[in-house]
Amino acid sequence: MADTSQMQVSDEIAITINQMNKWYGSFHVLRDINLTVNQGERIVICGPSGSGKSTLIRCINALEEHQQGSIEVDGTLLSNDLKNIDKIRSEVGMCFQHFNLFPHLTILENCTLAPIWVRKTPKKEAEERAMHFLEKVKIPDQANKYPGQLSGGQQQRVAIARSLCMMPRIMLFDEPTSALDPEMIKEVLDTMIELAEEGMTMLCVTHEMGFARQVANRVIFMDEGQIVEQNEPEEFFNNPRSERTQLFLSQILGH
Amino acid sequence: MSDKKNNNPIAFVATSVIPESPPPAREAGVYKWVRENLFSNIPNSILTLVAIAVVYNVLSNTLPWILNGIWTTSSLTECREVLQGKTGACFSVLAERWAQLLYGFKYPEEEYWRPNLALILLFFALAPVLFFDLPRKLLGFTVIYPFLAFWLIWGGSILVPIVALLGFAVAAVVFQKLGKGSFAASFFGAIVAALVVWKVGGMLIPDNASETAMLAAVPSRDLGGFMLNMMLGVTCVSLSVPLGIALALGRQSSMPLIKWICVVFIEFVRGVPLITLLFVASVMLSYFFPPDATVDLFLRVVIMITLFSAAYIAEVIRGGLAALPKGQYEAADSLGLDYPQAMRLIILPQALKISIPGIVNVAVGLFKDTTLVSVISMFDLVGMIRGPVLASTEWNGVYWELLGFAAALFFVVCYGISQYSQWLERRLATGHR
Repeated sequence: MADTSQMQVSDEIAITINQMNKWYGSFHVLRDINLTVNQGERIVICGPSGSGKSTLIRCINALEEHQQGSIEVDGTLLSNDLKNIDKIRSEVGMCFQHFNLFPHLTILENCTLAPIWVRKTPKKEAEERAMHFLEKVKIPDQANKYPGQLSGGQQQRVAIARSLCMMPRIMLFDEPTSALDPEMIKEVLDTMIELAEEGMTMLCVTHEMGFARQVANRVIFMDEGQIVEQNEPEEFFNNPRSERTQLFLSQILGH
Repeated sequence: MSDKKNNNPIAFVATSVIPESPPPAREAGVYKWVRENLFSNIPNSILTLVAIAVVYNVLSNTLPWILNGIWTTSSLTECREVLQGKTGACFSVLAERWAQLLYGFKYPEEEYWRPNLALILLFFALAPVLFFDLPRKLLGFTVIYPFLAFWLIWGGSILVPIVALLGFAVAAVVFQKLGKGSFAASFFGAIVAALVVWKVGGMLIPDNASETAMLAAVPSRDLGGFMLNMMLGVTCVSLSVPLGIALALGRQSSMPLIKWICVVFIEFVRGVPLITLLFVASVMLSYFFPPDATVDLFLRVVIMITLFSAAYIAEVIRGGLAALPKGQYEAADSLGLDYPQAMRLIILPQALKISIPGIVNVAVGLFKDTTLVSVISMFDLVGMIRGPVLASTEWNGVYWELLGFAAALFFVVCYGISQYSQWLERRLATGHR
């Protein structure tokens, strides 16, 4: 197992979240979130369901609106200004639990759509880049099929390639392996590990603790909408300090 | 295959991969098919026999009527003389009033080639829209077609459709130029530009232009017959689909003003019978226009039918939009697509695909509803039959033949639409093999 925990992390700040709060109606989902992510950092966010981990990373590209505090991505402050939101979204790639590929477009069209329309890349160049990333996720031969014809693992790898085609500086993963059959999880994780080794800034919500040990340089544990504990993976798994973390780890690693 | 040395009775190891084999061949033959599908058990057999009896009854009564049909007489009385009490249809009315049923009784006979040509060109204009595998350049003709068809059917000065086309072209250019700014600015800018062009162009057209025109002018009140149904149907369907899309999107808008305008419009129009809207068009709408404005009755009817069916289509499309998983919106957002791009490239293609059966349903209904204009004394196919044809002394009483003919014409068109929509659904199916 390659030891990736020593990989380069620059001092440049990618994301700053300051005193962020969010409510769904009167339900307080995120409480006083403070988080600074450096360029090149690989962060795994875990916690019991309903703890707000998905909501947190969905706030970063404004799929969810936060009501208090500030989020700054690559120096752009996330506000109600649509221009800022679109700028951040084109810098931040995202992979979803259910892939969310566009079923009416081929794999290649899925990958070239955003570069052509958002980045105004010439079609030819966009296709070349798409093929490059499809090769990287090891499914160039499926380029002309439709998403419905691919297996779950393949679809998720296409979703990763689709995000990469926008040349994002940050990647968000929202439980990318939770909807997959066990035998397909590895192929997706391998792709993500490769991405991490290339120095991509990554925030992953996942329950894959092996992945967290292998590539993360920080693990964040959330419960009831707040960050309960964060540490380097080695320390986090071997010496969890908070009781809630210990309970959580004993539940997911217990068998 | 169990290992005899192993005492464990549930232990099992597959030693070979079972090879693929073809499915069992179904016994073929007419006899087998008949036995399985028509006479599989006693109730089924009874139903089959009853069905055969019904079919025989219907055919034995209608076939002689159709086959004995008379095509060449000049009145119903003559038909009866020829038939001498035998059953037989009097199709002569169709042969004699053919032109009236298709074009109405006032459209000048020597100009029939104009609507005919317009109909032929309609197929060329529709082809690239309906069959999107055709080269996209053909759409250029589709854009010009409405103006060309207008000129062909109504005649008059060619300057009128040219100014109209020019207005739309200028509006499109203005919209493109302002497109970088806000949507509202470019939208209203385009409308103002078009109005200016039309106003200026309207002043430039000389008053006597239509008298010296290449094609003699035909006023709207002279249109009639099945031609009128086709014109209303094609115009209203092609206008109400885009309007319906706009209303459906407007109803989902996060801007309260737009949302409420759309909701009130849809709920109001859906809650009112079409016939009342048509009476409004024929009688009351003129109160809303300036006293000297003479808005054409055809145009008023088109507006009303379009608004009516747009409300229905909007609800059908809203169903399609609601059926899309939220993830599609999120994926489009997360890639940085803005609202118009996300709608045009991701959401609408999928939502419209889901809505095809519903939209076609509304379109077929709309096409048949165009016969309601006979109630406001426009002489469409049904209006012609009920009015001039049945009222004439020669053909008073020929109901079955005339209404059957009308039904057949409508059936051909509606069945064609329905077949097209089924082809389209198969063509667009990508999700599941």
